[in-house]
Amino acid sequence: MASYNSIVLVKQVPDTSRISGDAMNSDGTIKRSALPAIFNPEDLCALEAALEVKDRFGGTVTVVSMGPPKAADVLRECLYRGADRAILVTDRAAAGSDTLATSYILSQAVKTVGNFDFVFCGRQAIDGDTAQTGPQCAEKLGIPQVAYLLEIIDVKDGKATLKRSIGDGWEIVRTTLPALVTVVRDANEPRPCSSIRVMRNKHKRVPAEVQDPAALAPEDRLEQWSLADIDADLDRCGFAGSPTKVHKVTSIVLKTEGHTSIEATEEGVRALVAELVKDRALA
Amino acid sequence: MTKKNPQGEVWIFAEQQDGKLNDVALELCGKARALADVLGVKVGAVLPGYQVAGLAPTLFAHGVDRVYLVDDPNLRYFTSSPYAFVMETLIDKYAPQIVLYGATPLGRDFGPRVASAIRAGLTADCVELEIGDVVDAKTKEEYKNLLYQIRPAFGGNIVATIVNPERWPQMATVREGVFPKQEPDATRGGEIVEEKIALDPSLLCVEVLERMVQERTVDLKGARIVVSGGAGVGSKENFQLIRDLADALGGAVGASRAAVNCGYIGAEHMVGQTGVTVRPALYIAIGISGAIQHIAGMQDSAKIIAINSDPKAPIFSIARYGIVGDLNQIVPWLIKAVRERPTE
Ligand SMILES: Cc1cc2nc3c(=O)[nH]c(=O)nc-3n(C[C@H](O)[C@H](O)[C@H](O)COP(=O)(O)OP(=O)(O)OC[C@H]3O[C@@H](n4cnc5c(N)ncnc54)[C@H](O)[C@@H]3O)c2cc1C
Ligand SMILES: Cc1cc2nc3c(=O)[nH]c(=O)nc-3n(C[C@H](O)[C@H](O)[C@H](O)COP(=O)(O)OP(=O)(O)OC[C@H]3O[C@@H](n4cnc5c(N)ncnc54)[C@H](O)[C@@H]3O)c2cc1C
Repeated sequence: MASYNSIVLVKQVPDTSRISGDAMNSDGTIKRSALPAIFNPEDLCALEAALEVKDRFGGTVTVVSMGPPKAADVLRECLYRGADRAILVTDRAAAGSDTLATSYILSQAVKTVGNFDFVFCGRQAIDGDTAQTGPQCAEKLGIPQVAYLLEIIDVKDGKATLKRSIGDGWEIVRTTLPALVTVVRDANEPRPCSSIRVMRNKHKRVPAEVQDPAALAPEDRLEQWSLADIDADLDRCGFAGSPTKVHKVTSIVLKTEGHTSIEATEEGVRALVAELVKDRALA
Repeated sequence: MTKKNPQGEVWIFAEQQDGKLNDVALELCGKARALADVLGVKVGAVLPGYQVAGLAPTLFAHGVDRVYLVDDPNLRYFTSSPYAFVMETLIDKYAPQIVLYGATPLGRDFGPRVASAIRAGLTADCVELEIGDVVDAKTKEEYKNLLYQIRPAFGGNIVATIVNPERWPQMATVREGVFPKQEPDATRGGEIVEEKIALDPSLLCVEVLERMVQERTVDLKGARIVVSGGAGVGSKENFQLIRDLADALGGAVGASRAAVNCGYIGAEHMVGQTGVTVRPALYIAIGISGAIQHIAGMQDSAKIIAINSDPKAPIFSIARYGIVGDLNQIVPWLIKAVRERPTE
């Protein structure tokens, strides 16, 4: 039987649903250190889709993340849930990458892993919120993309039949492989970590996470790649490789005009409706 | 990479499905027109599809000068690669200075692919676009007439202004409902430029086998009055209160994401950053705390009424009228008062 190898791109993100005033700098930027770092939610669904391919058809699951050494947290979590291999791409020269540069770096990493049938991404990361990285990786890899996966219907003879969301409905498409697939939250329920896999993998570290990398036992070592390791052209990475520049950032300031408190009584409500009628707010 | 062309046109991607232009395409026409007038250039619309030439007059009426028509049976149903190839080819040929896409599922699918191929930037989900100058803080170099691309990020908690000083075209996606649709002017004419673009079979490797499009049943965007319920409503059954008030007011029913996630109502009713942006004459938020992502989708409403039992709920900070109390008591009063309201 044919088997299919998947590469999953996973990102560690600040938990933007928990932002409070304390997490904002006065210039409107975010204090990332004040927010818990989590596994980007839709990337868990991307991982689950890859694990499903492995369970149904056989093959391997490799996960790749680009980020600071701390992003190895999400790689360990992938191993706990069933991934076979995990790689962190970390390099100072990657800082400041927009989605064009990010997708260039990730696609170089995917090419370096090689021998894949599927690349799975989350639809969108909850911090940058662009949903652009997946489609851009597909273009850079020269492969087709299928966005917003809902269901893997079948994979056979080098083609995948997939159900995807199209906003106001759905579509069933058949794509040649290899292909890049972005996954939405409704696609699946990510499996939990397995306790055996946690025991087996929890001591693993990338060299950049430890004081003395030389002392890291080979069985405790997670793979760490630099931009040189993936043969990346530095002009296409980081600030240099990013056409978009952040010119200004402001935290959202809410406008408060005249505010009227309405008494929570039947009379209060009646008076409010009368005022709205007078103002022609109720046509 | 394309050359920087300050004489280039302002383009929009004219998204259509099943031969119908979608709203956001027409909303973009108005914005593109305004930007092009500041820059003194023409507005172009790229219209790929099959048997869609009939849509050109609508585009002209909404402010487009030139429609680049690519009519091909292979473009009948959207798939990413051929649509992206069409766009890349035309951008290469005509070097527009700005290209705008709707941030629809379709625009967010192939727009990034275009950007990657031509190695241009793409700013996602803009809520405002303006022309302005920028001085580079380090080199002191001045860039004139750049597109300020203003977008929320970090879950809507910040707003960033993004510019592309060096590498053009300047491309952005814009969510539906962000810019108002301008009144069409049926007397406006324009030029149709027919483009034949050969689609290599390698681009056609995704086939659409089956397709189900649900009619949109909720017109939140067009509603003058929106009544929205949140997690505070408490149950699917109790959500009937929200519907009843909307009925009494002749308004549409909206919801927060928490209400949708709790299963009180379908996702097509969601207002906010990930839902619909609305700007009705009256917005009534009931049992909604006022998370920034919700506010992002309704703060431009002319009048906001908030009903919440927690006096500290952030929703009150943007409300014109606030009622602190139990919605189960207040909403029935409100329905009664509305039904019995005096007529002017
Ligand atoms: C305020 C602000 C605004 C920004 N606006 C823009 C903009 O408009 N346009 C632009 O081009 N860039 C923008 N950026 C930069 C952008 O956030 C980064 O390039 C980021 O690395 C990737 O974009 P994203 O977070 O939107 O991810 P998305 O494109 O939403 O991510 C989609 C998927 O790609 C994969 N993925 C993304 N990043 C990684 C990673 N590091 N490692 C592994 N997998 C990954 C994951 O599977 C993820 O689910 C902005 C940054 C900031 C701070
Ligand atoms: C990336 C991202 C995107 C998001 N996009 C959206 C979006 O588009 N739209 C959206 O809405 N949310 C969005 N959210 C979610 C958002 O952060 C909030 O979680 C959500 O808006 C909360 O909904 P809520 O106000 O109904 O619920 P809650 O925050 O739980 O508030 C319920 C409110 O009801 C009040 N209440 C309870 N009982 C009563 C009663 N009997 N009478 C009166 N009041 C009562 C409570 O005081 C409380 O204020 C997004 C989040 C993220 C991270």
